[in-house]
Amino acid sequence: MYKILKKEILAPNIYLMDIEAKRVAKSCYPGQFVIVKMDEKGERIPLTICDYDREKGSVTIVFQALGSSTKRMAGYEEGEEFMDFAGPLGNRSELIDEPSTELHEKKILFVAGGVGTAPVYPQVKWMKEQGHEVDCIIGARNKDLIILEEEMKKVAKNVYVATDDGSYGFKGNVNDCIKDLVKTQGKHYDCVIAIGPVIMMKFVCLLTKELKIPTIVSMNPIMVDGTGMCGACRLTVGGKVKFACVDGPEFDGHLVDFDESMKRQQMYKTVEGRAVLKEKEGETHKGGGCGCSDPTDR
Amino acid sequence: MDVLKKVPVREQDPKVRAHNFEEVCLGYNEEEAKLEAQRCLKCMNARCIGGCPVNIDIPGFIREIEKGNPEGAYKVLSKYSALPAVCGRVCPQESQCEERCIRGIKGEPVSIGKLERYAADWARENGIKPDNTAERNGKKAAVIGSGPAGLTCAGDLAKMGYDVTIFEALHEPGGVLVYGIPEFRLPKESVVKSEIENVKALGVKIETNVVIGKSVTIDELMEEEGFEAVFIGSGAGLPKFMGIPGENANGVFSANEYLTRNNLMKAFDSSYDTPIAAGHTVAVVGGGNVAMDAARTALRLGAKVYVVYRRSEEELPARVEEVHHAKEEGIIFRFLTNPTEILVDENGWVNGIRCEEMELLEPDASGRRRPVPKKDSEFELPVDTVIMSLGTSPNPLISSTTEGLDINKYNCIIADEETGRTTKEGVFAGGDAVIGAATVILAMGAGKKAAAAIDKYLTDRQEST
Repeated sequence: MYKILKKEILAPNIYLMDIEAKRVAKSCYPGQFVIVKMDEKGERIPLTICDYDREKGSVTIVFQALGSSTKRMAGYEEGEEFMDFAGPLGNRSELIDEPSTELHEKKILFVAGGVGTAPVYPQVKWMKEQGHEVDCIIGARNKDLIILEEEMKKVAKNVYVATDDGSYGFKGNVNDCIKDLVKTQGKHYDCVIAIGPVIMMKFVCLLTKELKIPTIVSMNPIMVDGTGMCGACRLTVGGKVKFACVDGPEFDGHLVDFDESMKRQQMYKTVEGRAVLKEKEGETHKGGGCGCSDPTDR
Repeated sequence: MDVLKKVPVREQDPKVRAHNFEEVCLGYNEEEAKLEAQRCLKCMNARCIGGCPVNIDIPGFIREIEKGNPEGAYKVLSKYSALPAVCGRVCPQESQCEERCIRGIKGEPVSIGKLERYAADWARENGIKPDNTAERNGKKAAVIGSGPAGLTCAGDLAKMGYDVTIFEALHEPGGVLVYGIPEFRLPKESVVKSEIENVKALGVKIETNVVIGKSVTIDELMEEEGFEAVFIGSGAGLPKFMGIPGENANGVFSANEYLTRNNLMKAFDSSYDTPIAAGHTVAVVGGGNVAMDAARTALRLGAKVYVVYRRSEEELPARVEEVHHAKEEGIIFRFLTNPTEILVDENGWVNGIRCEEMELLEPDASGRRRPVPKKDSEFELPVDTVIMSLGTSPNPLISSTTEGLDINKYNCIIADEETGRTTKEGVFAGGDAVIGAATVILAMGAGKKAAAAIDKYLTDRQEST
């Protein structure tokens, strides 16, 4: 069992938890993820690691309560325990293995979208610990959905907050903000690391391709086991089929087929919708007959 | 009673079982088991024993059943196997022990598998556990993977007095027994769980959620956690795909994914959170036991199911019993058929599978008849789901993080067939991780041999120091 040491609500429906998981805390690095299954009937939920404390033996996760399992996870309190917590999974960020001198010369811009701010944070923190300065854009629809801003400010040289509705910081999406930094302010970046919704990563990559800035993205597709067994997380990168769980989760953003990934993410949308419906209406939604409740209905 | 024929085993009616996940085969009762046991000739030089990868004293346990002593039969079985209730259900007896049975020359061989199952089930229902009286020797051994190879190796080492810990990557121990083989062939709660409990009762510890190579490496286990020997029984987990257009469409699954969602995550039970897009019309591509499992699972989830196989019925690698059951339940077989493309609608979902008809050439040097496409034979099957069941290969996660552990070009760990010894000192391997996807009992055989070799290695090492 894996104890919840801390629980915090970062924004409406977005939760942060510190989980006691000694083996994971000892061996994980920025860029990797864990799989959480909170009880016998829960789904295996992949979550990118947000932070870790090797001494305390704890790992920080951030998740949005969307589906049936994440909603139930959100109901857990400090002191309670998740049944399963496996990891670290996937590869650590390439940054970690780059020679420090080369990394020091590099101007890196991190672009974080929504809950994607959580996996960006440990990378920025790691860079700071190694003595490297980086910039970071945090984007969200509005002010309420900005998370980890204060934490990020402690580890990044410059933090730019962008909101679609202009309720806080720069008015516009992260791409508008990148354009502003590069084109208007004349900043130079050697590399962009973008983590957020697939659609955001797609458009960031379209822009950075144009700006000729190499870009890394972190993919979080549908997964079951997270160890290479099920192949549900497959995606096309540079014309080749890759498994996000063992070949990624980070890939060269200019090579990822984002449209295919977005379609694959729709896979269980209707089924997830069913789970919500079931919660509201009980077993009756399974009535059948009209066929509207069929799991393959789309 | 016709002594040339097996005592028939009771099964769930095909029409009924096509709609549930309850076990298909109901097994023998006491009377049936005794009758079948009488058919055994108790050969002095019993050939069946040589057909069993773990060399069970088959006439020995059958004699006990005949005497009306199922407990004694179980005691005999558990000397050789940690998983008799599993083996009685999923072993390919027809090509192993039963193939060599003298009774089989003139009539049907003795139903060894069903008798093994009877004894093991009786013991479970009556609370009989294997006992371990071996003196603890204080030496630690690690076993990676809790599938058939790992459980067998761990059980045997524990019986020799070792302090054994199994590390399992998933949240539930059992490996392919829990994620791969469906409930209707191998009940999880009653059969698999209880046999794993029996292995634990021998003193084996199981740590779940530990991904070796990620959570901790083999070198760390040996250098920091005091394990003197390691057995790798991590199986063959990576699914293969065909590499045809449309394979990444929504509605295309690996058999691993489809089965894992349903077996391990229990998607068929609406009280569990994990979803499955079961499909209305499903094509399962492949002809092995896993393909049969996937097809029969889809059928039970309400789909019309085709099995698409590029060779003919004769070459089907699946067990005859599984194919027979599948046909009875209404699975439609399309032999000599090979998919060339998965057709996809504008939203990215499967809406058909294009296939070509095949014909078989004369046997080549390998003795197998190679299938080749017939000219202009392409046709389309309207399906909304495709399950690829083309076999699996070992996961490189462990080999790529363990220095000095060599693999071959198929990612299989190189290990000595008789001992499981790998290229790394103190590290042994067996089962699918070494030979690629095979059967439960072959993996158990490898686990058994490796346990003996580990004992010898550690004993020799102690003597030489």
